[in-house]
Amino acid sequence: MSMVSKVLPLPLHSVTLLIVWLALNASIGLGHILLGTALGIIIPLLCKPLRMPEAPVKRPLKVISYIAIVAKDILVANVQVALLVVGPMRNIKPGFVAVPLDLPNIFPITVLASTVTMTPGTVSCEISSDKKWLYVHVLNMPDDEQEIIDFIKQRYEARIKEIFAC
Amino acid sequence: MSFAAELTISLLLILGGVFILVGSFGLLRLKDLYVRLHAPTKATTLGLGGVLAGSMVYMFDLQGYATIKEILITVFLVITAPVTAHILAKVAMHHQVKTMDRTRNKEHVEQAREQLPPHQDSEQSTKYGQE
Amino acid sequence: MLDITVIAVAIMICLALILNLWRLFLGPHIVDRILALDTMYINSIALILLYGIYNRTGLYFEAALLIAMLGFVSSVAFGKYLLRGDIIE
Repeated sequence: MSMVSKVLPLPLHSVTLLIVWLALNASIGLGHILLGTALGIIIPLLCKPLRMPEAPVKRPLKVISYIAIVAKDILVANVQVALLVVGPMRNIKPGFVAVPLDLPNIFPITVLASTVTMTPGTVSCEISSDKKWLYVHVLNMPDDEQEIIDFIKQRYEARIKEIFAC
Repeated sequence: MSFAAELTISLLLILGGVFILVGSFGLLRLKDLYVRLHAPTKATTLGLGGVLAGSMVYMFDLQGYATIKEILITVFLVITAPVTAHILAKVAMHHQVKTMDRTRNKEHVEQAREQLPPHQDSEQSTKYGQE
Repeated sequence: MLDITVIAVAIMICLALILNLWRLFLGPHIVDRILALDTMYINSIALILLYGIYNRTGLYFEAALLIAMLGFVSSVAFGKYLLRGDIIE
């Protein structure tokens, strides 16, 4: 086991690299499989010292439903933002919101911040150094800012918590 | 090439083109930097997604097998676009870029610049201020 | 029909590039210029893909992928320089 983990420190990354290499070359010839395997072994070995400890994904099936929800939200967000951009300027009421975070690890926070940026009218701007607050810029602020905070917390943060089981 | 395939590709391409145009239009039209960040990061992602989907259907129709490179480009963009937006927002905060006059909770910018938690009483004061 | 659509969409994207260029000149802050440049990268990827469809070839995907990577890295590098070189750290 330790021998395997020494040669393949990041097995998932190795498999991903092999798949991406084959996809880039659009072939499954023996030569490309060999070359992709070699790259999949060497690159993780070189990258391993750079990595930070991160939370493992505990429930992979939840990831799929999360991606589906976020993809749907991205579609809706695009249409909303497009309408706001083309429509009259007075409809845009920007504002900042500080969202309290319950996520202990840095990787789930990154996922949450990226999701917030991709979805309806919100861009994550900054994280406080104690990792407890996420500052979000909102394009179209409702009258009660608690609505936005609750939306982010219930729709995304709760699901991320389930995925990482933290 | 069948008519249905051509129609699908054309619709996807036009959808992508419209969203790219709207994103760039928003970049030019909106009034302050934070608001401007919204338009390109979102609209262009879906716009490029539309063009990529059209291209994927076209290549499938042309070659008879699907190429995965379009999916690679899409995944790469979906992962990197929020990072770029986040870094640019961070830079804007550190350089104290002016916000629109009617931006609410401006005091958060000062706290966020120093990566401090927000003032606990500030939220309440703005809540009362709105009424 | 497809050729006409491709040309029409290419015109739309060129228009979008001109709007971005306008914002690049207009400024007012340097972050606006970086944002305009980043949007131009993404729009040029779309233009390259359209050119691939127009020429009926899949050869240009590598170019598109390269532009996507270089665009991301250069935008983040600009941002990092402005963050570290000026005020804090």
